[in-house]
Amino acid sequence: MKEITLGQYYQTDSVLHRLDPRVKLVGTLCYIISLFIVNSWPGYVAVGLFLAVMIVLSRVPFSYIVRGMKAIAFILAVTVIFNLFMTPGEPLVSIWKLTVTREGLSFAIKMAVRLVFLIIGSSLMTLTTTPTQLTDALENLMGPLKKLHVPVHEISMMMSIALRFIPILMEETDKIEKAQMARGADFESKSIIQRVKSMVPILVPLFISAFRRANDLAMAMEARCYHGGEGRTRMKPLVYERRDFIAYVILAVFFGLCIAMRLLNL
Amino acid sequence: MIQIRNLIHDYLRRDEEGNVEGSQRAVDHVDLDVHAGEFIAILGHNGSGKSTLAKHINALLYPTEGTVTVDGMDTTDDQYLWKIRQEAGMVFQNPDNQIIGQVVEEDVGFGPENMGVPTEEIWERVNESLRIVQIEHLRKKSPNRLSGGQKQRVSIAGVIAMHPKCIIMDEPTAMLDPSGRKEVIRAARALNAVEGITVILITHYMEEAIYADRVFVMDQGKIAMQGTPREVFSDVERMKKLRLDVPQVTLLADALRQKGLDLPAGILTADELADALGLKPQNKPRKTESTDQKDTI
Repeated sequence: MKEITLGQYYQTDSVLHRLDPRVKLVGTLCYIISLFIVNSWPGYVAVGLFLAVMIVLSRVPFSYIVRGMKAIAFILAVTVIFNLFMTPGEPLVSIWKLTVTREGLSFAIKMAVRLVFLIIGSSLMTLTTTPTQLTDALENLMGPLKKLHVPVHEISMMMSIALRFIPILMEETDKIEKAQMARGADFESKSIIQRVKSMVPILVPLFISAFRRANDLAMAMEARCYHGGEGRTRMKPLVYERRDFIAYVILAVFFGLCIAMRLLNL
Repeated sequence: MIQIRNLIHDYLRRDEEGNVEGSQRAVDHVDLDVHAGEFIAILGHNGSGKSTLAKHINALLYPTEGTVTVDGMDTTDDQYLWKIRQEAGMVFQNPDNQIIGQVVEEDVGFGPENMGVPTEEIWERVNESLRIVQIEHLRKKSPNRLSGGQKQRVSIAGVIAMHPKCIIMDEPTAMLDPSGRKEVIRAARALNAVEGITVILITHYMEEAIYADRVFVMDQGKIAMQGTPREVFSDVERMKKLRLDVPQVTLLADALRQKGLDLPAGILTADELADALGLKPQNKPRKTESTDQKDTI
């Protein structure tokens, strides 16, 4: 489980790393939307170029990003296969009862490209932004929702605590699993039902310990004067700098280009 | 600094509907005064009520009866709540469950952020706190990658950044290995000696209590013994009855004394015992050196 590198923060110093997290969040959102706006090969090339430039700018090694993609290879394969065989149209190749159509092939490739672009693009954001920055940005961008009594601060605090405890709970799961194995628990059984059943003795202690930790943490936070978002100051406040405005302009141009391509049917 | 008068705390047991079924007295008629700048140790075996007592000082628990005042402020008075929590900081047992930040420096800044300290001052406080517990080199690290002793020093730094007058440490070393314990106790003593912060150390390791100005031993919610470490540890029989171990050296000295050796009661360190036994002068220089070291840590 520790092998998951998809979207884990990669520490280095690059323009993308230094960019304000709000820009990156908005940028990623625009990028995802533009992926669904463009619907032609030139469009994909444009989006791909944009992504390639971002990867170069991020200074995250490409192999590192690709390694993270392994986790979604299965989903990708399923999507491609379904699109390949299930789209009706002009038949190209026929194997047994399955027929690959021209439309299916083109659709499957487009879908795969879209998915890969989508995942690389959004993981690029988490690769270059610390979780803390990300929650800060989210809290800031959702600020207007406070007027609608959405507990924005609480949501972002919950997110950041959850992120902080992921590695701790993973370690704990590992410990409990080993402890159960030492007492003869069987986690290697072939049948799925058996394997699901064997999860119970792991999950129960894990939940109990998680609740205990939550209790302790709440007390520790209170002891350190935590009383919600009101009257709280920031150690690292978010301040836009010149490069952030430049980034916004570039983003706007890119987004406009994508819309234009769609409108002009390019 | 801290006055505890006739403190009683009952934990209530409730049934499924939330009706009170029964109660358990965790703290029973405790009187305790802590003066500014003191180093206090509270000892006791598990369930003796020492943690419950500590949580009252930080207003995390309220007295069932009696009063607790911190710097003249009653802990039951809501208007002082945050002031009390700022003045009397608290370090807990499990370092993993009290670190909120994902980077060391962000965690240290958490307290001042809550207090509404301006940004530049937060940075000053964080830098200062990291320096005091000597973990400046770890400031950019993730807390998950630190050793237990380092994590606990991060917790201490997080409390120092709130500029407390008093720090309550609730078994801060219970989950650490011996070297981590040494780190934390060294940091606690430096806080007391160099920064002049009142320290209340709750522990069940006797070796950590010998540095205290005064020691309180709790048993079944009551204060069973109190005095200087020397006074308390000299009563080896009583300590054993309270299911506490005295330091090994003290135990040895006590055994020797019972065999008829002429030794003073309440010997706390190996050096003292060596002195009392009149060991060879050639050991002397080395000995004084080691005592010097102890004074500086």
